[in-house]
Amino acid sequence: MATTITKTETLVGKRIRRREDPRLITGTATYVEDIQLPGMHYAAIVRSPHGAAKIRSIDTKAAAAAPGVAAVFTGKDTEKVGPVPCGASLPDLRVPHHYILAIDRVYFVGHPVAVVVATDRYLARDAADLIEIDYEVLQAVADPEKALAPGAPAVHPEWPDNTAFNYHQEGGDIDKAFAEADVVVKQRITSQRLVPNAMETRGVVAEWRGADRQLNLYTSTQIPHLVRTLVAGMLGLEENRMRVIAPEVGGGFGSKLNVYAEEALMGFVSMKIGKPVKWIESRRENFLTTIHGRGHVDYYEVAAKKDGTILGIKLKIIQDLGAYHQLLTPAIPTLSVLMMPGIYRARNIRADIVGVFTNCVPTDAYRGAGRPEATHGIERMVDILADEIGMDPVEIRRKNFVTNEEFPYPTATGLIYDSGNYAAPLDKAIGIVDYAKVRQEQAEARKQGRLLGVGLSTYGEICAMGPSPATPAGGWESATVKIEPSGKVTVMTGSCHHGQGEETTFAQIAADELGVDIDDILVVRGDTAIVQYGIGTFGSRGTAIGGTALYFALQDLKAKVKVFGAMLLESDDVSFSGGQVICNKTGKTKALAEVAGASYRAMKLPPNTEPGLLATHFWEPPNFTFPFGAHIVLTEVHKDTGNITIRRYIAVDDCGNIINPLIVDGQVHGGVAQGLGQALWEQAVYDDNGQLITGEYMDYTMPRAHMMPWIENDHTITPTNVNPLGVKGVGEAGTIGCSPAVVNSVVDALSHLGVRHIDMPLTPEKIWKLANAGGNN
Amino acid sequence: MFAQTFDYTAPKTLDEAVKLIGGGAKALAGGMSLIPMMKLRLAAPEHLVDLGRIKDLNYIREEGGALHLGATATHYDVESSALVRSKCPLLAETAAAIGDVQVRNMGTLGGSVAHADPSADYPAALQALEAKIVLRGANGDRTVSAADFFVDAFTTSLGEGEIVREVIVPIDSSGASYQKAPQPASGFAMVGIAARVKKAGGKVTEARIGVTGLTNSSFRATAAEKALEGTGGSPADIQKAAALVAQGADANSDIHASADYRKHLAGVYAGRALSAAIGRAS
Ligand SMILES: Cc1cc2nc3c(=O)[nH]c(=O)nc-3n(C[C@H](O)[C@H](O)[C@H](O)COP(=O)(O)OP(=O)(O)OC[C@H]3O[C@@H](n4cnc5c(N)ncnc54)[C@H](O)[C@@H]3O)c2cc1C
Repeated sequence: MATTITKTETLVGKRIRRREDPRLITGTATYVEDIQLPGMHYAAIVRSPHGAAKIRSIDTKAAAAAPGVAAVFTGKDTEKVGPVPCGASLPDLRVPHHYILAIDRVYFVGHPVAVVVATDRYLARDAADLIEIDYEVLQAVADPEKALAPGAPAVHPEWPDNTAFNYHQEGGDIDKAFAEADVVVKQRITSQRLVPNAMETRGVVAEWRGADRQLNLYTSTQIPHLVRTLVAGMLGLEENRMRVIAPEVGGGFGSKLNVYAEEALMGFVSMKIGKPVKWIESRRENFLTTIHGRGHVDYYEVAAKKDGTILGIKLKIIQDLGAYHQLLTPAIPTLSVLMMPGIYRARNIRADIVGVFTNCVPTDAYRGAGRPEATHGIERMVDILADEIGMDPVEIRRKNFVTNEEFPYPTATGLIYDSGNYAAPLDKAIGIVDYAKVRQEQAEARKQGRLLGVGLSTYGEICAMGPSPATPAGGWESATVKIEPSGKVTVMTGSCHHGQGEETTFAQIAADELGVDIDDILVVRGDTAIVQYGIGTFGSRGTAIGGTALYFALQDLKAKVKVFGAMLLESDDVSFSGGQVICNKTGKTKALAEVAGASYRAMKLPPNTEPGLLATHFWEPPNFTFPFGAHIVLTEVHKDTGNITIRRYIAVDDCGNIINPLIVDGQVHGGVAQGLGQALWEQAVYDDNGQLITGEYMDYTMPRAHMMPWIENDHTITPTNVNPLGVKGVGEAGTIGCSPAVVNSVVDALSHLGVRHIDMPLTPEKIWKLANAGGNN
Repeated sequence: MFAQTFDYTAPKTLDEAVKLIGGGAKALAGGMSLIPMMKLRLAAPEHLVDLGRIKDLNYIREEGGALHLGATATHYDVESSALVRSKCPLLAETAAAIGDVQVRNMGTLGGSVAHADPSADYPAALQALEAKIVLRGANGDRTVSAADFFVDAFTTSLGEGEIVREVIVPIDSSGASYQKAPQPASGFAMVGIAARVKKAGGKVTEARIGVTGLTNSSFRATAAEKALEGTGGSPADIQKAAALVAQGADANSDIHASADYRKHLAGVYAGRALSAAIGRAS
């Protein structure tokens, strides 16, 4: 009863609609909040209202006696759990012990102090309000440069200089480069703190099954397996007794590439009370306690020749770490250093990072993680240099591009760029925008007092994180493919997509390799009890590494299908295509379903062959991949209000081969939205007491649909040879390419007024002042 | 994000509502301002009296040469009403500038007025229209001018136990416009200027300018009004008048706009509102 599969078309490269979307857009997907378990209890967390304070006493009596309350726990109860792990290692890194609940001191607003568990979430919140905490409020410090100043309050009293680490890296001969320079340009450039703002906040359901000695942890995470290893360790539970499930995850942008106190705390609570417990982070908690991104103050110096040739780059990064290290906190700015030359032939570099503790929520990976900061810096500096020597920003870029013949190109920061054709996207973008014409328009508009700007960024980035030696937890990825007895195909990927569309792209890859219909393929991820160990989804690695693991698993499986097919066809010369094993001599065929059935029925087995059709592959990448592109932004600055209009946005990205152009475009659109967010609107602002004053949507300007420009999207294709799919990754490209193009454009609009640099976000008031200072001063 | 326990009543008549409200009992209209405050536990009324079922509060009608708008008319009702659009387009234009579709479908005129958010849009228009606000209390109705009603941030002349019953605006031949600089995150007005102008024989005979967002309470920019009245309403006349809108104002300042920038914006948006209003005045 095997049906003949008549699949002829290949799917890779096609604009196929996302197979995950129907359940997402009809509201029927299952997120952590949708998990309902018998006997469910609800947790409310009491958090510090102060940036820095000593806890004199905590009185939980009234809360414990409140209606519906099952338990109240404070730091004393959870002292032995944890600590919240820091996975990054740097020489002489100071790592404060990160208890899951504060013991005798709080370090930032939102710091968890106690947890109340009740039969319903309203009762839990009511009881939480009854907990009395006597704080001795201390002076806080929320600004990294202020934290480094002598006499600043110490975030951790044991380290009065607030310095978590100093990091130094050099390549080439930087002193010689600066000595030989005709021109040196310097600029302080900030990359403000941002709130990642996943649409789904964090959430955890923990279910301890005492009789089975089994902890089930549902959590909204990008890395279920790593959460299992690390949270089991925090709880002192055997790893194989813990199952982590990441059900539908409503976005992460890096903020869920982490292990949080609440994940261990819910496990602890459930194990104590013997009941399942649910905690869903409120939006307010999300602002205050989920990691933030960026938080850089950068000091750049670029040395160059008169003709625009870049000789060397010096960079000092002051990284606002927040009060603790979360999973990768101190490692993020090191990515900025790796990427600091951009796609330019800068042979000499010197970088210094100071990691600074502040009384703020920790920073960590946020879409781009270190690369947007670096790209923003180098792309701004190239424009500043161009301005200094009177060169066109396009020409100076062309002059310094790594050329096509130089690949694989070793950078001064120790990377090897895989492949590139850096002029290609720039040429294409310039063609789309008609560069000469817009420059002419700009000159004419200026005469009439209108402020038009033209800005570009030619960015490069690091994707496919990454070779294991370069990552804290292993940089490979895994895939298992099963062909079920009926011929249906199940793909289990160790990556853990949460919006990126791999349910579609992985199915495209598998459908093409096996020659089956895409609807015959199910892609499963996010459950440690079902899926073999995996690393997860972040750093634009899903397809480049997870997809490649899948590709190799499919090759193994195809080989086995052929072996069984050959047996059934009684032939030693077979091929496998279009979902059938074909005898090359007779032309006779066996459909995949028939082969699969026979492999499980196992009436007869080929020599040295096990029954069944299953293959697993763990793929270790030999290198990162390095996508690139060119974004051009046309702006108009309105002198009377300081408002900025984006007149055109052109994005030409090169992410290697494209599996699904629709999904790639979507990634670029979303990335650009977040890049515009940083460039124009978003900022996590703490006051001097460590209060987050943009801690809700009434003050934190999230990009919304009506604020978006039309994005003119195009691509060039330069495959990588790092993986057989030739794919590089595109998850972060939009964000990385965007912000410098926007700022360059607005600076360009104001450059004749003497404006050379503007820090983000480009708020109307800031722009209004700059646009009107020239004439008045 | 979880409100404290409260009682809830949905009376069908105004009299019942008036009996219930006061003390720990608060009116609930669209809930767009009250419910977020309750969820953040910044407000914890013991009892909510839902005005939504009271037919006698939900109307928009023309009566005695004026427009009467019941307190529970939603922003969407006001924005889309053919009557309001033809007889008092300024109010429809202002309603359309509030929040987003969801907020306009739920939020009410009475709720906005009673809440008196310093950045709310309606107060500017009501000031420019010299609107009357009818309040109902235990002793019956009393009528207050918009100028007297808005006292300070979140403070009105509503007495204990009183509710906003209706808003009355004049119907006349003036030209008007509402111009708003939205705060980028919230969409509320950093400044909002409502201008209303009458013209005769090529001269501005009457100018009314309502300002919101700039200070703790909405107000009428009388110096600017006077400066425009009697002029021909040329661009230069408008500029001169607009420059006076923020004069002497104790402007608010926050992360989105300093006091100076707010004052500057008030001038820019007053210029725009006055130009549009003069263009529309017949
Ligand atoms: C996302 C968002 C965006 C918004 N943007 C804007 C904006 O751009 N511009 C703007 O002006 N507003 C904006 N708002 C506020 C919105 O207009 C509210 O509708 C309005 O402020 C309150 O009206 P309500 O009917 O929802 O009142 P409620 O929230 O129900 O009540 C508000 C207060 O008024 C009292 N109250 C309500 N009705 C009466 C009555 N008849 N008599 C006496 N007291 C009463 C209540 O007791 C409460 O104290 C926004 C709100 C949200 C949530």
